[in-house]
Amino acid sequence: MPTFGPQHLWFLLQAAGWTLALSAIAFIGGGLLGFCVALARISPNRIVRGLATVYVQVVQGTPLLILLFMIYFGLAIAGFDQLPALIAAGAGLTIYASGFLGEIWRGCIEAVPKTQWEAAECLALSPWQRLTRVVLPQAMRLATAPTVGFLVQIVKNTSLASVVGFVELSQAGKLINNSIFQPFIIFVTVAIFYFAICYPLSAWSRGLERRLNVGRR
Amino acid sequence: MTYQFDFAALLPYWRDFAAGVWLTLQLSALATVLGFVGGALCAIARADGPPWVKRVVGAYVEVIRNTPLLVQIFLVYFGIAVLGLRVDANVAAVLALVVNVVAYTCEIMRAGIESIHRAQVEAGECLGLNRRQIYWHVVLRPAIERVYPALVSQYVLLMLASSICSQISAEELTAVANRIQSDTFRSFETYIVVGLVYLALSFVVRWAFWGFGLLVFTRRRKLGTAL
Repeated sequence: MPTFGPQHLWFLLQAAGWTLALSAIAFIGGGLLGFCVALARISPNRIVRGLATVYVQVVQGTPLLILLFMIYFGLAIAGFDQLPALIAAGAGLTIYASGFLGEIWRGCIEAVPKTQWEAAECLALSPWQRLTRVVLPQAMRLATAPTVGFLVQIVKNTSLASVVGFVELSQAGKLINNSIFQPFIIFVTVAIFYFAICYPLSAWSRGLERRLNVGRR
Repeated sequence: MTYQFDFAALLPYWRDFAAGVWLTLQLSALATVLGFVGGALCAIARADGPPWVKRVVGAYVEVIRNTPLLVQIFLVYFGIAVLGLRVDANVAAVLALVVNVVAYTCEIMRAGIESIHRAQVEAGECLGLNRRQIYWHVVLRPAIERVYPALVSQYVLLMLASSICSQISAEELTAVANRIQSDTFRSFETYIVVGLVYLALSFVVRWAFWGFGLLVFTRRRKLGTAL
């Protein structure tokens, strides 16, 4: 029986690359969609606001695992059954991230004092100018630390992409375990890889929180 | 799209769904209670323990919060097997969930404890309360009350995250769904139904916590005031 060796480590390292790639897709896709969600959540239109609220409730109230299965099988019956697993996993994680990032950013936008909107209105700025010139720059300062913090959640949750057959870090660990059955050393190594990716992000988030002084406003 | 939806195919399985829901609720309720107690103890240890305890608890929290639950579940499940013990998948699932949620609870509660002003503790000392009384009446209870909403969110997320236990064949809702969809070949419908069930569960759990909060925290305190 072969034991855990350098070739396995190399396989895990490559899989870690896929974890990072999937995280990047989820963050960028989720960020774009999440920004729209955040704007819709503060929209003056009640219907838009209501739809966005329902979207957030559904995304946050369904396990990511179920979301991934739904998209995987949904795409299959829509005729896209030959798509690479990266697409299904990326789509699922994008939707997941958009629900949470949208809520985080809405909170940050709403945390900007109302008087700032009013002052911008007094300067005769258009609604769009008010948002992009006055409110968003201030909201961004508040949003940076929690956004970086949420990156950790995204990286960790890419581990669930294994259920749709995407070979990222966890799936690679499972595959190796199936061939040499040394679960302890394999999954500890996998955990170390995740920790090596996530810990710097957590530390960065905490540092940002301190530096931007958002905790003590 | 020519796909014919057939939700009726799932009807004969309602008992299995119900059993899955029941086990999901049991797993998450047990993990919530144990996680709350463990998390409170860890938070106290981290806020007020000897330096080495603080470091150990801190390291534990960091490791758990920066690794995925899926990997933790595998480690607990296989780790127990490596130790030569035979436990049920459900027991391993609860253990893994507890290990996970204790770390998050600890972090949330520590924030609550830190938000209690030192002057409150000093006031307690002036009233002649002993250490235990101060901890319970002046620090812990107001702290928990203050972070209660954050805790509730965490425990709803825990309930949803328990779906990951399906990966070690604990027969909770998601595992039931996996089995039913391979029986009926109605994958999309199955996961839509299960998704809706989870959504309903998350609302029910939230309401239950809200009601529980009303019962337990009878003194209405305003946030931003001293207590």
